[in-house]
Amino acid sequence: MSGNPQERVLLYIDLHLVHEVTSPQAFTGLRAAGRSVRRPDLTVAVMDHLVPTWERNRPTPDPIGREQLRQLQENCRASGIPLFDLHHQQQGIVHVIGPELGVTQPGMTVVCGDSHTATHGAFGTLAFGIGTSEVEQVLATQCLWQAPSPTMEVRIDGELPHGVVAKDVALGVIRQLGVSGGRGSVIEYTGSVVRALSMEGRMTLCNMTIEAGARAGMISPDQTTISYLEGRPASPRGDDFDRATERWLSFASDPGAQFDRTEVVPASELAPFVTWGTTPAMVAPVTERIPYLTDMPDQASRDATGRALAYMGLAEGTAIQDIAIDRVFIGSCTNSRIEDLRQAAAVAAGKKVHPKVRAMVVPGSGTVKREAEREGLDRIFRDSGFEWREAGCSMCLGMNPDILMPKERCASTSNRNFEGRQGAGGRTHLVSPAMAAAAAVHGHFVDVRQLSATERI
Amino acid sequence: MQPFTVHQGLCATLVRDDVDTDQIIPKQFLKRTDKDGYGEACFFDWRYDSGGNPDPSFELNQPRYAGASILVTGQNFGCGSSREHAAWALLGYGLRAVIAPSFADIFRTNALQNGLLPVTLTLAEVRLLTERAQTDEGWQVTIDLTRQSVTDALGHVATFEIEDFWKECLLEGLDPIAMAEKRDPEISAYEQGRSALLPTTSYLGAL
Ligand code: SF4
Repeated sequence: MSGNPQERVLLYIDLHLVHEVTSPQAFTGLRAAGRSVRRPDLTVAVMDHLVPTWERNRPTPDPIGREQLRQLQENCRASGIPLFDLHHQQQGIVHVIGPELGVTQPGMTVVCGDSHTATHGAFGTLAFGIGTSEVEQVLATQCLWQAPSPTMEVRIDGELPHGVVAKDVALGVIRQLGVSGGRGSVIEYTGSVVRALSMEGRMTLCNMTIEAGARAGMISPDQTTISYLEGRPASPRGDDFDRATERWLSFASDPGAQFDRTEVVPASELAPFVTWGTTPAMVAPVTERIPYLTDMPDQASRDATGRALAYMGLAEGTAIQDIAIDRVFIGSCTNSRIEDLRQAAAVAAGKKVHPKVRAMVVPGSGTVKREAEREGLDRIFRDSGFEWREAGCSMCLGMNPDILMPKERCASTSNRNFEGRQGAGGRTHLVSPAMAAAAAVHGHFVDVRQLSATERI
Repeated sequence: MQPFTVHQGLCATLVRDDVDTDQIIPKQFLKRTDKDGYGEACFFDWRYDSGGNPDPSFELNQPRYAGASILVTGQNFGCGSSREHAAWALLGYGLRAVIAPSFADIFRTNALQNGLLPVTLTLAEVRLLTERAQTDEGWQVTIDLTRQSVTDALGHVATFEIEDFWKECLLEGLDPIAMAEKRDPEISAYEQGRSALLPTTSYLGAL
């Protein structure tokens, strides 16, 4: 849209995703100011952040959380916003269901009061997280005041080594950029690795963009994008689909597009990664060790690493594969889609979860759950000793009863290993779905590439 | 929007980088549906010991920082979750400004929206402020948004950049929503011209 004298432009929002935790104050503010929702038909709401992942037919146990769910229901009813509630067949994590329903389409602007909104960038959208005041503004005006962001290309060239998946690419990018290296930019992921990724893989990669401190991440739409969108509930049909396809592909990046900055991440340097600290950039290949403090470049990083290791209960120089775990969480908007569950199930099949480990699988949506059950993945997980849950954010942020106890150590497919993220005092190691399943079986981290050879996955 | 013009106050330091919003306000406090009352829970896991008492080893719990309204901290402050509760919690804690070498993007906007001023200074300037606050008990600075300056009793300390848009909003307590509403004719015209192929959500809940 047009500019204004204050270096801000008003950006029109094509899709606004709403959930229970960051929206109540926005609706209250809207009412207090006598405003109404401008475009309920470009808005969709879902209950995902604090919903229980089992015994859904009982009332949500926590009264304060229940009130939040009630308010979302009431706010959506009053303003005509479609809502996927706790009992809806297609309920799920907001960043899983948007693409699944086909409402995320190339060339759109997408916002949500959640920092992992960049997930939708996998479709060639400009998608970013906003705060509650901005949620209120989008509800009221369908627009946001925005300043143009710097652009950055992250090119991942080559071919992914065997056993290395999208999650490892995401962690490898953050390892190279650092947690604030991408600050404020909009990243476009390019290169042969990105072109070869499935839509699920692209979503995993874009999902973690915020962890490198960037504003949004996106991937140019191509035939993979079009194939994914075909037949989705909100996708156009018949002739309209052909017209839409032409439009979508017109959003592909120009060859030779210029960026403010380019980073090249060679695929050959990627490996199955495991985070060992309290930021996603504190990460190492599974075959390596936690760094020694004396190897750190300066005092600030020694202090930060020392603090992280004290919190994690780990010693410098420990081999990653010697780290024993108590819990496994397979889920979150990073890794809870059908392809993720297939990868985890392939590792778990015919094996048992280690007796000292409690492991759970939380599908990203009701749709993913039913598909997994149709493929028999739930049986594989259950037979191995994994808990099989209902869809939601669950232990990614632990706002429902799924939390780590203090000092419990978890191999998690989620996106943040911050102190206390999965429960006060809990210790999180971020990994890919296959790495998480392998850790569940062995009781400590193992290299999935080794398993492939010896256990013929 | 709560206006910000000039503020003088005590500086407290939190010397670490990448302070994330999960630390500023842990998730168990996000279930409420209002904007007040988060101050007590600010920095909860760092601030209190397992018995719920203030942990004396946490930097901000030092008696000399009691009543501080300006926080001096490290890079990438406010990274992580988009929760605006972090800005509400810092305001509830009594802060009016945070000074850091850099801020995470969403947090910075959330802070500005609530009249909590994020002041970006160079690493060297932040180090200087940190040292002064740590050595000079009771050290106060004045942040003047019109002049975009940070000064102490002896005079100039630093100047900072801020976008004209936010400066004007903060100085005059303008409401960004009202400012967008003034552009309604343009917004409506844009809506008329949007492609008919773009999806709507109207029928989704009923699927
Ligand atoms: S799964 Fe985790 S990161 Fe994703 S939306 Fe839910 S809480 Fe946020």
